[in-house]
Amino acid sequence: MKLKNYLAFRLGKENISFLVDRKSLVVFLVLLFLTVLTALVSAGLGEMKISPINVVKAWFGYGPDMERLVVNSFRLPRIIIAILVGISFAISGAMLQGIVRNPLASPDIIGITGGAAVAVVSFLAIFSDENNALTVSIKWMPLAAFIGATAIAFLIYMLAWKNGVSPIRLVLIGIGLSALTQALTTMFMILGPIYRASQANIWLTGSIYGASWENVSTLLPWTICLLIILVLVTRHLNVQELGDSVAMGVGSAVGRQRMLLLLISTGFAAGGVAFAGGIGFVGLIAPHISRRLVGSSFGALLPVSALIGAILVLVADLIGRVSFGPTEIPAGVFTAVIGAPYFIYLLYKHRNL
Amino acid sequence: MLLQTKRAKVLGLLLGAVLFLLFICFSIVYGYTNTTWKTAIEAYTKFNGSNEHLIIQTVRMPRALIAAAVGASLGIAGALMQALTQNPLADPKIFGINAGASFFIVFAVSFFSITSLGMFIWIAFLGAAVAAITVYCIGSLGREGLTPMKFTLAGAAIWALFSSLTQGMLVLNEKALEEVLFWLAGSVQGRKLEYLQTVLPYMTIAWVGSLIIARHINLLSMGEDIAKGLGQKTGLIKLVTAVIIILLAGGSVAIAGPIGFVGIMVPHLARSFVGIDHRWLIPYCAIIGGCLLLLADISARYIIMPQEIPVGVMTAIIGTPFFIYIARKGLTKS
Amino acid sequence: MSLEASALTLGYGESIIIEDLNLQIPKGEITVFIGGNGCGKSTLLRSLARLLKPKTGSIILDGTTIQKMQTKEIAKQLAILPQGPEAPEGLTVLQLVKQGRYPYQNWLKQWSEEDERKVNEALEATQMTELAERQVDSLSGGQRQRAWIAMTLAQDTDTILLDEPTTYLDMTHQIEILDLLFDLNERENRTIVMVLHDLNLACRYAHHIVAVQNKTIYAQGKPEDVISCNLIRDVFRMECQVTNDPIFGTPLCIPYGKGRCLVNKVGGNNGTPSVKIG
Repeated sequence: MKLKNYLAFRLGKENISFLVDRKSLVVFLVLLFLTVLTALVSAGLGEMKISPINVVKAWFGYGPDMERLVVNSFRLPRIIIAILVGISFAISGAMLQGIVRNPLASPDIIGITGGAAVAVVSFLAIFSDENNALTVSIKWMPLAAFIGATAIAFLIYMLAWKNGVSPIRLVLIGIGLSALTQALTTMFMILGPIYRASQANIWLTGSIYGASWENVSTLLPWTICLLIILVLVTRHLNVQELGDSVAMGVGSAVGRQRMLLLLISTGFAAGGVAFAGGIGFVGLIAPHISRRLVGSSFGALLPVSALIGAILVLVADLIGRVSFGPTEIPAGVFTAVIGAPYFIYLLYKHRNL
Repeated sequence: MLLQTKRAKVLGLLLGAVLFLLFICFSIVYGYTNTTWKTAIEAYTKFNGSNEHLIIQTVRMPRALIAAAVGASLGIAGALMQALTQNPLADPKIFGINAGASFFIVFAVSFFSITSLGMFIWIAFLGAAVAAITVYCIGSLGREGLTPMKFTLAGAAIWALFSSLTQGMLVLNEKALEEVLFWLAGSVQGRKLEYLQTVLPYMTIAWVGSLIIARHINLLSMGEDIAKGLGQKTGLIKLVTAVIIILLAGGSVAIAGPIGFVGIMVPHLARSFVGIDHRWLIPYCAIIGGCLLLLADISARYIIMPQEIPVGVMTAIIGTPFFIYIARKGLTKS
Repeated sequence: MSLEASALTLGYGESIIIEDLNLQIPKGEITVFIGGNGCGKSTLLRSLARLLKPKTGSIILDGTTIQKMQTKEIAKQLAILPQGPEAPEGLTVLQLVKQGRYPYQNWLKQWSEEDERKVNEALEATQMTELAERQVDSLSGGQRQRAWIAMTLAQDTDTILLDEPTTYLDMTHQIEILDLLFDLNERENRTIVMVLHDLNLACRYAHHIVAVQNKTIYAQGKPEDVISCNLIRDVFRMECQVTNDPIFGTPLCIPYGKGRCLVNKVGGNNGTPSVKIG
């Protein structure tokens, strides 16, 4: 049989070889183009409007000083963070849904976001003086979130461990801990001054306001490292989704690989949550949208989910930035506002499947 | 499954009912204002208008009854929800009920400056119904009608949509946040007995309905085709179940605000006692849900006295260790 | 390659399902496990494929205890198709069959010429080439089972274990699947071990039959040597008459019981024969 719908790549005595589905490749390229286009438009919009051509010019260091400053110092880092965060949440969600084999799984449902939230509200409560001013730099907040996310992930894993980790036990314990973290967050918000509650609420909604090059230089290497590891382990994810028996039958060390996959998924979520707070919807919905575009093989699903996630957060942030200007609305409000109707449309389109 | 025989199940249910009544009494007697069992009884037999008697009649009694009713309702709603979606992770939240109610409340507070709890009831109920009906309709699109998968996904989308809109409004309007934050955390404090009277008829219908429909749900959870083959009108049963969930969870959110966790946790706890037969599961869910919320509400008064922790927070703090224990011990599949 | 079980005890939790069982799977032949529901034949098969850890005893593959081997190395020698596997929604046949190449791939080598050839062979052998782009969940029962068998074939192993591969299939598809496995055994000399419920088909296709009863092996050997009224009575608790298949000459079991009768029946109506012949 000729694999007419596929392209095979082989290099150097076949030690490097891949198979790519043509349709998925097309979808991926279209989405990539859309991502770049959205980024260009986003960089040009705001209080100061700049045409896409001038944006590109400013990027490469040409054009008026003011435009270069606005594009390169303010908008570009924010756009890059939006893309990275979208990728992180989407991939984390897609992986979790595969590992647990449950369509409701996502980083916020199993408590990873919740752990970060507790860390952040405690951070705000502990390091505030009586005038509600922070006694340490706000720069440390991502670190707090990151620690909270990883700590809760380890806690979930430890509590779920009992001669190995069964997916359903993992999720249920995640849900339990997630409820607990939500409760603690609410308590902190209610007991503290309203100003702090409001601050925490913005974080919970999820916002990338104030992203800087410094943030980019932290998140970018982290995400790239994880992406590289991800490419190497995607095939494990594919066999895990066939169920434990089949996966073991084809020679997958199911337990060890599940742990590895969870670790990577948590890593993505922790990175995203550190810099964007609780943008929850992306991790849940981007994989579902992608599944309806390219099917469920992870080789195609993960990259397409990543781009869907990136576009969702980019557009959400753009709307939040320009629609009610000068007031900023957190991007987390709009990810669901854009994502949910599109997703419902997809449900409608595929209603008879 | 802890209770194997029918006798054990009946005894367990009786014991639960006794505990339930006992918790109601505790809830009436204990709190910031110290009262005794004697004063509590006298408040109804020999009312003398004293401060204690007033507190018992107008504060403690309504509060205990509301906690009991809401806890029982949420427990049942959770069991029905998990049966309808065939997903052990589902709770009434996935039906969009809490998100819809919260959205309507915050909208009313932000744009119409409504702050009376009495008005909140109707607004929240309406919001819950609007969201849930939307979810049901989207989930029913297509040839096969309501399938667990479509229902779950539609629910997740609507829930996310409403909750992010709510958060958006709260971010823009700090004053509204201050006013509804306590409501959003879920609480049975400061509710009048009339509030319960408003929703009680609907809840009662739903309680009775859930007991009647229990055996049909047993059939439905064996799979749609088998249920149809045995002559069940599955579409009707699903619709009735959905309506019951809306009445129970919608009524609960209307009086007590969005209280999470009871809906997802209680059914799992109940299943570890009586297994998957909904004729037993539903009464057990009601008892366990009621007890849990009463217990949470009582301890919420003591932890940081004189302030109170919202009962929604307390439920999670008490319930999580239990839940983790059950999850580790191994769950009976839904 | 040889596969054997030695002093094997299996069970879940407290309950023991197989106790102190010894078994040697004949090389290059078709072996079929038979036995009543819940007798442990599936459990035995799963443990042979290292899906279930023995409580005591061991499974030995080519002289090495299976627990000590790398799971990937086992997967290159032995494939297993569990009972009623489920594919995730939206997965295509090709994507499924590709997964059979998992043990041969590594993080860079994910689609070699060899992979492509084996996948194509597997699709052809199961006549799934035309359906390669279809989604698994849109296929009929027989096609779906062929897709899963194709996945195990792509694994390119000497031994294939299958747990009730013909369950839920109509007669045509049952024969089609069994013919396919028979051909694989004849042509490529692959060792095939499976659990089957249909005794007559088991007798027709198996070189070696293993009857499991009371936590251990009741009898094993060539079907024509092993299958008898007594065995059926002890293993299945059922009375029957064993004759020869008029076409294949292999043992044919005709159970007693009730039913319409158009000739002078030798058995009674209540399930026990009133007259015994032979």
